[in-house]
Amino acid sequence: MSTVLQLLTEGERLDTAQMATILDLSEAEVAAELKRLEAEHVLLGWRPVLNPERVEEDVVRAVIEVRISPEREGGFDRLAARISQFDAVESCYLMSGSYDLLLFAKGNNLREVATFVSERLASVEGVLSTATHFMLRAYKEQGHLLLSPTESGEKPAVSP
Amino acid sequence: MSDSSQRFVADHVGGLPRSGIRDFFAIVSAMPQAISLGIGEPDFVTPWHIREAAIFALEKGKTSYTDNLGLIRLRSEITRYVENNFGLSYHPEKEVLVAVGVSEALDIALRAVLNPGDKVLYHEPCYVSYMPSIRLAHAEPIAVSTTAEDEFGIDPDKVAAAWEPGCKVLLLNFPTNPTGGVTERAKLEKLARFAVEKDLLVISDEIYSELTFDGEHVSIATLPGMQERTIFLHGFSKAFAMTGFRIGYACGPQPLIEAMMKIHQYSMLCAPILSQEAAIEALKNGTPAVERMKEAYARRRELIVRRFNEMGLKCHLPRGSFYAFPSVEVSGMESIDFCKGLLEKEEVAIVPGTAFGPGGAGFARASFSTSYERILEATNRIERYLETVGSPAQV
Repeated sequence: MSTVLQLLTEGERLDTAQMATILDLSEAEVAAELKRLEAEHVLLGWRPVLNPERVEEDVVRAVIEVRISPEREGGFDRLAARISQFDAVESCYLMSGSYDLLLFAKGNNLREVATFVSERLASVEGVLSTATHFMLRAYKEQGHLLLSPTESGEKPAVSP
Repeated sequence: MSDSSQRFVADHVGGLPRSGIRDFFAIVSAMPQAISLGIGEPDFVTPWHIREAAIFALEKGKTSYTDNLGLIRLRSEITRYVENNFGLSYHPEKEVLVAVGVSEALDIALRAVLNPGDKVLYHEPCYVSYMPSIRLAHAEPIAVSTTAEDEFGIDPDKVAAAWEPGCKVLLLNFPTNPTGGVTERAKLEKLARFAVEKDLLVISDEIYSELTFDGEHVSIATLPGMQERTIFLHGFSKAFAMTGFRIGYACGPQPLIEAMMKIHQYSMLCAPILSQEAAIEALKNGTPAVERMKEAYARRRELIVRRFNEMGLKCHLPRGSFYAFPSVEVSGMESIDFCKGLLEKEEVAIVPGTAFGPGGAGFARASFSTSYERILEATNRIERYLETVGSPAQV
C-alpha cells in the first residue's frame, strides 16, 4: 500500500498540504499519487461518514438478500453488475451462504424502496427471490460508535 | 488548618521536591482549550476486548482479593509473554509478582533490596519517580547523565566513573521516558560486565519496550550472568493503553520476588482483580493492536521530529517510546520559561525537560501519541512562538 493510501486509511481529514508535510513529500507528489490512485480505481471517491441518526433528510435504508441463478459464462458477475447499476443500490456484494447477493439500498421513503424491490429488482431475469430488511436504527457507522461514544474527559492534560 | 502540622511530616518526605509535572499540570488545567502534547499515556482508550474482559469479570462476580503474587493464570500468561518477546524464562509460581503498575513494582523492588545509605545508580533525564523512590527507600541516588550526542543512550564508561563504594543497584529504563533513548546491545553488554564486576543488582523498567521503532529491543536481563541479578519490570499501561487499570509486574530471582511480596502483601495486598483479568486478555489477544498502534506512531514520530528540526529545535529521532525530546536552547530561554511562554502565547502544552531531572535542562518533552492534525497545528504554533521569542526586539 502506498504511504499516501496508508495515511488516508487512518481516517483523519487532511488536505494535500498537510499530507505532504506528514509524509515529507511535495504537494505535487501527493497530488500525483492521489490522481494515480483515482485513475487506477483504487480510490473510488471521497464521501463523509455521516451519522444517520442526525442527518435531517428522511432516508429509508434497507439490506436486501437476493438469490440469483449463475450463468454458464460469467457466473454471478453479469447479473450482479446489472443490479448494481440501479441508483437505489449503494453497495452490492456476492456472499457465501443461503443467498447470493447482499444489497445495501436506500430510498426517500418506504414505498420507494418497496417499489424498487418489487418492480425493478424482482423482475430482473435470473433473480430467483429477494428478502428485504429495513434498517431501524444505527449504532455504529463505519467504525464510529453512535450511541456510546468514548468519553475521555477525565484524562489530565499533562501527566508523567 | 495551621501550617504547624508540617512538623509531623517525615524529614525525608518533606525534603522531596514536588514533581515538576504537577506544577505544570496546575497551569495547563486552567487552559482546557490548549493543545496538549504533554500527556504521558496513549491518546486513546483501552481496546474494547480488554475493557470487555474486565466487565465480564465483574458480571461473573470476580470482586475478591487474589493471591498476593497475582492470579496464577495471569502469572502464567506473563511468563509466556516474557519468554516469547524477551527470551527470558521465569517460573510463574515463584518468580513473578503482579503489582499496581510498574510504579509500585519499582517502589517495592527498591525498598526490598536497599538498606539505609545504600547507593543507586540511575540515568537521567528519567521518569519522574526514580529519584524520589530511591530517597523514600532511604538510599542515595547517583545520577548518570545521558546526552543528546548519545541520543540519550547510556554510556557505560560514565556509569563506571560515577560508581562509588556503597553502590548496590543500577536502575535502567530503555526506551526512556522522556527522551526515547535506547541503549544498543554492545553497550548493554559492557554495562552487564560492569554490573557483575561490582556485584550490582539491576532493576530494568522496560515499560516502553514494545514501542521500539529501530532495531531490536534488548533486555539487559538476557545477557550472560544477568538474569540472576536483574529485576525485570514491565506493565500494561503503554503498550495496551491501560494506564488507569494500574497494573504491572516484576520478574526476578525467587528470593527477591519473595522480599518484594512481603512489602506488597502488607501495603497493597494484591493488584485489583478486575485489572488482572483485563491484563490476561491483553496478553492473550492484544498484540495485533499493539503492532497497528506502533505503525501509526512511527509516522507521527518522523513528522514531529522533522518539524522540530525544520524550525531550529534540534531533535534526535527517538528510537523508542512516544516522546520527542527537542532542545529548546536556541530560544535562549530556560525550558520552564519556554514552556510557560508557549502555553500562554500559543496555548500549546509540552513538558519542560527539567521535570525529568536537572539533565533535562534546555529540553522539552512532546508526546506524539495524538492526531496528525494536533501535531501539525501544535508544531506550527511552536514555530510561530519561536519566531517571536527568537527575534532581537523581544530578547
